[in-house]
Amino acid sequence: MPNRDPRPSLASLFLAFANVGMLSFGGALAAWIRREVVQRRIWLDDNQFLSGYALSQLIPGATNVNLTVFIGTLLRGLPGAVAALLGLMLLPVGIMLAIGALYLRARGLPGGAAVGVALTGMGAVAVGLNLGMGIRLARLNIRKMVPAAVAAAIALAIGVFGFRLLHVLTVMIPISLLLAWWRGPEPRA
Amino acid sequence: MIVTLLQLAGVFALLSILAIGGGAGVLPDMQRAAVAHGWVTPHEFLQMFAISRAAPGPGSQIVVLIGQKAAGLAGAAVAFAAMFGPSSLIVFVTARFWHHAEHTAWRGLVERAMAPVAIGMTFGSGLALMHTTEHGLAAYGVTLAAMLAFAFTDLHPLAMLAIGAAVLLAAGA
Repeated sequence: MPNRDPRPSLASLFLAFANVGMLSFGGALAAWIRREVVQRRIWLDDNQFLSGYALSQLIPGATNVNLTVFIGTLLRGLPGAVAALLGLMLLPVGIMLAIGALYLRARGLPGGAAVGVALTGMGAVAVGLNLGMGIRLARLNIRKMVPAAVAAAIALAIGVFGFRLLHVLTVMIPISLLLAWWRGPEPRA
Repeated sequence: MIVTLLQLAGVFALLSILAIGGGAGVLPDMQRAAVAHGWVTPHEFLQMFAISRAAPGPGSQIVVLIGQKAAGLAGAAVAFAAMFGPSSLIVFVTARFWHHAEHTAWRGLVERAMAPVAIGMTFGSGLALMHTTEHGLAAYGVTLAAMLAFAFTDLHPLAMLAIGAAVLLAAGA
């Protein structure tokens, strides 16, 4: 990190991510994080943001939570990571717990059946959003046959044949690394 | 109670370190484990997934709902810590190291190898969720429409969730 880096206070880190957490209805958190941290507060430039985003996808865990911890760590070390993570999660988790308690009670009540049907519809949309995200990522990142075949093999193993993730990843990550090493870097356009 | 909390911690900590490319990829395994332990039914899982997508914050917050259903507030806290603790620790340890490796060959290799893995997991998870959550015909249509709308338009996800709820209510499912 260059020396000119701003060192935001822990409170402002917490507030910035609390803002993101509450604004990010229905997903797309990364776009909100970028708006808050790169555009509004200018704590990071786009390169630093994208480098963090790449790492957040590589490392296991929820991408946006990882990105939040990454930014907190770069800006203020361990306390920064904790402040950013709490900022992102505290209010949304509180809201989820309240909704969850309502949901568990609503099922026995009159009207509970309609709530269940509505939630099933929303669940069907949520599954579609995940698939749509896969299409978006594939269009951005996969241009060659070999990576496309790796992605397709993993999708089939998990989605159609129902193999366990641990087994699929134990086999496919080494294969993907070997293929990437064998093919070498893509020529830059 | 203690046993349930330990099971929650074990299940979600393992999923935390398997969740390459984001939380969505581990949903099928999460569903399988949560159903096998008797914490939720497959259908409840889909509804909790919907709640977590509609509420503010990351979608993987579904773990809080599962923990809450399994063991109350303590269950929610344990599920949260187990799901987000291990992955956050890995990010914390690698953040600076990664930042300095920007133009090294190994970083490029890892990025190229892991992108298709993450994308394959995302698709596989969506496919698995469709046939494990008793999707009816209307639900398949809604899923397909949402997939296309999200991939190719800028329609807000919340609007799509509302439309999906309305369509299934109208279909009288």
